[in-house]
Amino acid sequence: MIAEVITKRNIIEVKNLVKYYPVLGGVLKRVVAHVRAVDGVSFNINQGETLGLVGESGCGKSTVAHTMIRLLKKTSGTVEFDGKDIFSIKSDELKQMRQNMQIVFQDPYASLDPRLPIGDSIAEGLKIHHLGTKQQQFEQVLAIMKKVGLEDYHAVRYPHEFSGGQRQRIGIARALVLNPKFLVLDEPVSALDVSVQAQVLNLLKQLQQEMGLTYLFVAHNLGVVEHISDRVAVMYLGKIVEITSREQLFLKPMHPYTQALMSAIPVANPKLKKERLILPGDVPSPLNPPSGCRFHPRCPIAREDCKQVEPELRDILPGHQAACHYA
Amino acid sequence: MTANSSTINGNAVKDYRSNSLWRLTLRRILRQRSAIIGMVILGFLLVVAIFADVIAPYSPYQVLIGVEDVNKRQAPCIHLLGCPADQPQHIMGIDGNVRDEFSRIIHGTRVSLFVGFSTVGVAIIIGTLLGAIAGYAGGWLDNLIMRFLDVLLAFPSLLLAITIVSVLGKGLQNALLAIAIVSIPSYARVVRASVLSVKETAYVSASRALGGNHAHILFGRILPNAIAPLIVRGTLGIGTAILDAAALSFIGLGAQPPLAEWGQMLGSERNQVFTAPHLVFYPGIAIMLTVLSFNLLGDGLRDAIDPRLRSAE
Amino acid sequence: MMENTKPSLLEVQNLVTYYYTDEGVVKAVDGVDFKVYPGEIIGLVGESGCGKSVTSLSIMGLIESPGKIVNGKINFLERNLLELGESEMQNVRGAQISMIFQQPQSSLNPVFTIGSQIEEVFQIHGKISKNEAADKAIELLKLVGIPDAVKKTHAYPHEMSGGQAQRVMIAMALALSPKLLIADEPTTALDVTIQAQILNLLADLRRKFNTSVILITHDLGVIAEMADRVAIMYAGKIIEQSDVQSLFDHPKHPYTRGLIASVPVMGEIKESLDTIPGNVPNLIDLPIGCRFSTRCNAREEYQLEICNKQEPELQRNQKSGHEVRCWLYQDGEGHTAPFKL
Repeated sequence: MIAEVITKRNIIEVKNLVKYYPVLGGVLKRVVAHVRAVDGVSFNINQGETLGLVGESGCGKSTVAHTMIRLLKKTSGTVEFDGKDIFSIKSDELKQMRQNMQIVFQDPYASLDPRLPIGDSIAEGLKIHHLGTKQQQFEQVLAIMKKVGLEDYHAVRYPHEFSGGQRQRIGIARALVLNPKFLVLDEPVSALDVSVQAQVLNLLKQLQQEMGLTYLFVAHNLGVVEHISDRVAVMYLGKIVEITSREQLFLKPMHPYTQALMSAIPVANPKLKKERLILPGDVPSPLNPPSGCRFHPRCPIAREDCKQVEPELRDILPGHQAACHYA
Repeated sequence: MTANSSTINGNAVKDYRSNSLWRLTLRRILRQRSAIIGMVILGFLLVVAIFADVIAPYSPYQVLIGVEDVNKRQAPCIHLLGCPADQPQHIMGIDGNVRDEFSRIIHGTRVSLFVGFSTVGVAIIIGTLLGAIAGYAGGWLDNLIMRFLDVLLAFPSLLLAITIVSVLGKGLQNALLAIAIVSIPSYARVVRASVLSVKETAYVSASRALGGNHAHILFGRILPNAIAPLIVRGTLGIGTAILDAAALSFIGLGAQPPLAEWGQMLGSERNQVFTAPHLVFYPGIAIMLTVLSFNLLGDGLRDAIDPRLRSAE
Repeated sequence: MMENTKPSLLEVQNLVTYYYTDEGVVKAVDGVDFKVYPGEIIGLVGESGCGKSVTSLSIMGLIESPGKIVNGKINFLERNLLELGESEMQNVRGAQISMIFQQPQSSLNPVFTIGSQIEEVFQIHGKISKNEAADKAIELLKLVGIPDAVKKTHAYPHEMSGGQAQRVMIAMALALSPKLLIADEPTTALDVTIQAQILNLLADLRRKFNTSVILITHDLGVIAEMADRVAIMYAGKIIEQSDVQSLFDHPKHPYTRGLIASVPVMGEIKESLDTIPGNVPNLIDLPIGCRFSTRCNAREEYQLEICNKQEPELQRNQKSGHEVRCWLYQDGEGHTAPFKL
């Protein structure tokens, strides 16, 4: 396969990305605190691969996804796309770069302009970048619609006439019409019914092979992530706690949080009514994360030093990193 | 929508009946009884305004002394209701300057509708611009614009209008300007709130991710989806504007005689309410009917477009 | 099977609930039959729009205009709930049948404290002093595993996490020891680690109180872990019903099979997932014949012609109690079923 020859080339390099949201308070609307949504996240994505980013709500996975394509301002850190820091380039250059990195959103109902026929929605990128004549744009739209499994006549229909799965296909078509290299998929199937979810997942895999795409796949469902990803990063409270290949992660999860997450998933097999590892308590607020290791209040193997010393993400096996003192 | 659809004019799309949101909304509006009643009255008023010259038997300014045998403030004479056929017919009577009241009321429709649409039109354009910029930009610009509008809102609107007219000088034009200015803040606030919520939707983020610039996002994506509440507000606002204009004219600051303006007509004859009630009654009814039509229509529109009701479907 | 010897707690017979909208008649529930036995958890599974939630709202008597229960019986403790007046129904709701919802935080009233909302449940349904009610509220909060129960009675809903709010909802639902609890997607809005806690809690409480539970979900994993029996719904009808083991071991209906195969399972890496083609049909304009026929692979595989002509009946295997509604297992006019149930 061609893909294998070039797999080792880095397309995305995220270094120490931090995103805080200020919390305003008082009469004068001063900044009284920060929500530490993303607190020092580093990873890279190779060309043609899929990195899965999993975690529970509020762990910062969507914030990472939106910040790394500069839909949100960063607090600090760098994101390099094809060797260029996307936060230090000028707006002209950014506009050019946007052709190469696109996003698909979670909510298929909110991600399409309700007043635009979907053909126009899909054509938006071509219009913004003035690519081709109207006729060419129209042909390109029909071509990409066909690719994602939509019919020609759908182009003049409005979003409310489509089901959730079809809308997600429209969102994918809109992102792909510019022929990008890199696609952020922000929980693209979590709002869909299972039978439709499988269709969209298959479509994404097929498009990746055909168009040589690189994916960041954000999700909270480990089963879905395992299915689609080459490597997986697990986030907890604004940090990556474990990152490795999917085979490694699902065979030998190292971090106690990953273990608990995997154990918590109900398995569709009644014979396996297993003893689950149930984590006590709730996810703490990112407004005031616990000291030391952020997972220590819920961790089954936490010791005294976990409360003070924050563990670094370290190599435990080759290509398998985890942020735990006792992993 | 037609402009947009023209780009997608493929052969496969021939016999497709468009089902745009506007069309769906229109269908919903047509199911609102109050909207229908409002539209019927309004349609009637529009016809009257357009064909005022044809409908009115006299010029609104023609003084009938020496033309016909009528007296100042003569009561209505309607042949069908038993008024002797040898007297000239004046179905709303004669006013204090010996003019045909009916013709003046008819021509007054033009003035009032013009007042309503022009003031609200101006206020909506300026208000939308201010509100959209404030909501989209946020930060200090938002604060600056909104605090300025808050100051305007702090005055009772009619009092502020009176002040503005006193400064600018009386007359219909200045009254219109005053009414437009005092109603800007309410439109700006509606638009800003609406822009703030639409700004956060995923399709706006998608537009940014595609590389769209601020103008494209604000005017192409956000505003078309943010104006629904403005339409409701504007319709209700026309009624208020007409009422305010009539009030200003009533106290002598707005339309000046001899212009046929209902508020002014009402005001100039207010002392004759017991001796010549028809001169107060008819302009009053005309104002009431016009304002009512806009209020009914506005209420109906709100029920049809209000997103909170829509989400219940 | 054991189930036939026991009298049922709830029996839904030929329930039909339609919504009369401007676009047409939405056949949300279109002839649903099932029984709930004392102490069991029955799972009601299906995708969005299959009618599982409308079924539960019909049982609770909470169908609002433009919806209407057109036909059927809901027998509960030897009474047909559909014949009860609103005030009688209010006595049933909360006291004998209670319900928890998907969005716990929006089910709680934001302006009252947790404690007062639980106390209210007692005060509506019985004469009980305020102090007694307060004590009971604390007791319940402890039962559902809320730490600091005494303090939490003074908390407002917005001060609680989603998981805690769902615990409070469960406490309120169980306050009057109802015979039947309807849990409508109780963990769908929660994270997996919290979901695990809540499922554990529900299983514990079921054992403690011997409450029957109708568990409505789209997650087959949750069903496999929790339910004793399962009913699969599709487009307003139950298409397969059996005990949980038999359903997962030998799914009969092509839809059930497709559903099970389309879920990515952890630890089983496949190149591509099995899918069910197409989309859920429009409930206003349903396909003629079997509702699943437009998406059915088996229909093509066995070249069944009857599927888009006539609707199949629910067939029952007398020995196992496994029920399925599919022409693969039913003979018809000029049609011989390729399989025996």
